[in-house]
Amino acid sequence: MATLLKIENLKTQFFTSAGTVKAVDGITYSVEEGETVAIVGESGCGKSVSALSILRLIPWPPGKIVEGSIHFDGKDLLSLDEEAMRNLRGKDISMVFQEPMTSLNPVLTIREQLTETLITHFPISEEEASKKALKLLEMVGISDPDRRLEQYPHHLSGGMRQRVMIAMALSCEPKLIIADEPTTALDVTIQAQILELMKDLTKRLGASLIIITHNLGVVARYADRVNVMYAGKIIETGTALDIYHNPSHPYTLALLKSVPRMDLPRQDKLDPIEGQPPDLTRLDDGCSFRPRCRFAQDGCAHSFPDLEAVSEGHFVACFEKDNLKEQEKVAS
Amino acid sequence: MAVISESLAEGEYEELVQTKPWLEVTVGLTRQYPLGAFGGVIVVVMIFMAVFADVLTPYDPEENAFEFMLTAPNLEYWMGTDQFGRDILTRLIYGSRTALFVGFSCAFIGAIVGLVLGVASAYFGGRFDLIFQRVMDVFMAFPLIITAMAIVSIFGTGTQNVIIAITIPFIPRCARVVRSSALAIREIPYVDAARALGYTHTRIILRHMTPNVMAPFLIMISAFVGQAILLEASLSYLGLGVQEPTPAWGLMLQGGAEEYAESAPWVAIWPGVAISLAVFGFNLFGDALRDALDPKLRSL
Repeated sequence: MATLLKIENLKTQFFTSAGTVKAVDGITYSVEEGETVAIVGESGCGKSVSALSILRLIPWPPGKIVEGSIHFDGKDLLSLDEEAMRNLRGKDISMVFQEPMTSLNPVLTIREQLTETLITHFPISEEEASKKALKLLEMVGISDPDRRLEQYPHHLSGGMRQRVMIAMALSCEPKLIIADEPTTALDVTIQAQILELMKDLTKRLGASLIIITHNLGVVARYADRVNVMYAGKIIETGTALDIYHNPSHPYTLALLKSVPRMDLPRQDKLDPIEGQPPDLTRLDDGCSFRPRCRFAQDGCAHSFPDLEAVSEGHFVACFEKDNLKEQEKVAS
Repeated sequence: MAVISESLAEGEYEELVQTKPWLEVTVGLTRQYPLGAFGGVIVVVMIFMAVFADVLTPYDPEENAFEFMLTAPNLEYWMGTDQFGRDILTRLIYGSRTALFVGFSCAFIGAIVGLVLGVASAYFGGRFDLIFQRVMDVFMAFPLIITAMAIVSIFGTGTQNVIIAITIPFIPRCARVVRSSALAIREIPYVDAARALGYTHTRIILRHMTPNVMAPFLIMISAFVGQAILLEASLSYLGLGVQEPTPAWGLMLQGGAEEYAESAPWVAIWPGVAISLAVFGFNLFGDALRDALDPKLRSL
């Protein structure tokens, strides 16, 4: 499989009056064609910013991509001019946002919003676009699509709106879809359906998918590969199996332990991660997870560990990754 | 699957959105906003007068008839005649054309330009917004009438220049109000979503943001019409506006106010009443519109 998206040493910073926020601090990853990649992390770890950076939608001021490169389908996205970038957005790379309730324009009908994307990017007539819109609504499983086309977003439930958002994102048959917490605002009952739908449709279209989430359950089921982010850096990357069965970073381990599990015998208590995520304006040279880490040693304060392989395709940025397992064994 | 549960709500929904007949809506609104309805009646009467001026009156508004100079109101001349023997009612009726023409064109042009600039300012933000708002501040520093007078003294008098003179000070006033609404709209994800779909700035501003700030825009327009009528009358009264012999309320007031205040008060009283009523009517209408469009003030 060919590499579709390659991000190298990307740094996105926000220059605020309180100091420079290093929202994304040198991340490197790639997405193969047809692959589903998850980016996992808690709120404010830079996962959404890394996604917006790909589309170059970081608002300046105060935000800016200061370093690194993004190659998509043979093009260097950071050197494209604004118009070329605009043609790419929605057509080659599209995005599904977190808030289906507010991501659709309340004053435009579903038809207007769906056809607008098509007409913007392809030389087709209004009529053809309407036909395509109808097909798209059918494809994302909306009942009675004829009538839905003429309705406004407030006529639709949250789950249906997210389906419409997905239809919009798929309308130009993009090569890459970025879903920024696509199910966070939805009912638990709808979440699985939406994810199933996205997975199914991206597979049919042969598109790649980046799922940004804080929900490890989502990752386990739908992602091929997982990047775990903490404080603007990727601290562990591997296949979903690697991450689940062989978590090698204390943060990943702690994340997995703090998720309620239905398939294991009931524990007394969940094991939360103590403390708060660090202030991104005040990061020092050392490992940013150090203050919350149970395995931290003096050496962790001096420099940030590089990503090193623990097995093939599974990389971890932790000095104590070998000790981690021994201590875990002792503990259990 | 949930497709079923989602479509279940449909039947209930259809019943809710039955559209009411417009007569029922009108009666309901009249009951809810009696003052606004009164204003609305004045507005409708004015528009009616302006449209059917030729049919409503047998006299010519501009032709002098010196044999009937300063006739007191009587059965033939219901409101009397002025110093040139022209029927005052006729000139009032034709004057509503001038008033409405100036009022609506100023309000619409000013508010629409202000709308686009205000939304653009909020959308681009940053330095563009800062500079643009300071320019608007400069315009806002002067009262409406002073700016309008300054512009007339540059461009000269006449209906067209009066419209320009009144429109220009309206722009920053509308832009500022619209900008504050648009700033809130800017933060709603569908604007970012539109960016992510690859739309141009112009398209996002005009098609995606502008329709969402319609409520403040409509209120501004209705307030502007009244203000524009008053401004036009003021400018005409000062001799800076519409020129004789065009029938205009402010001009009629100017011609009659000082010289004939005692000997023929009807020359000044009727145009004064017309101006007051018109402005009053548009303001009441605008206030009711604001209440009706503002969900926070709406009584449920």
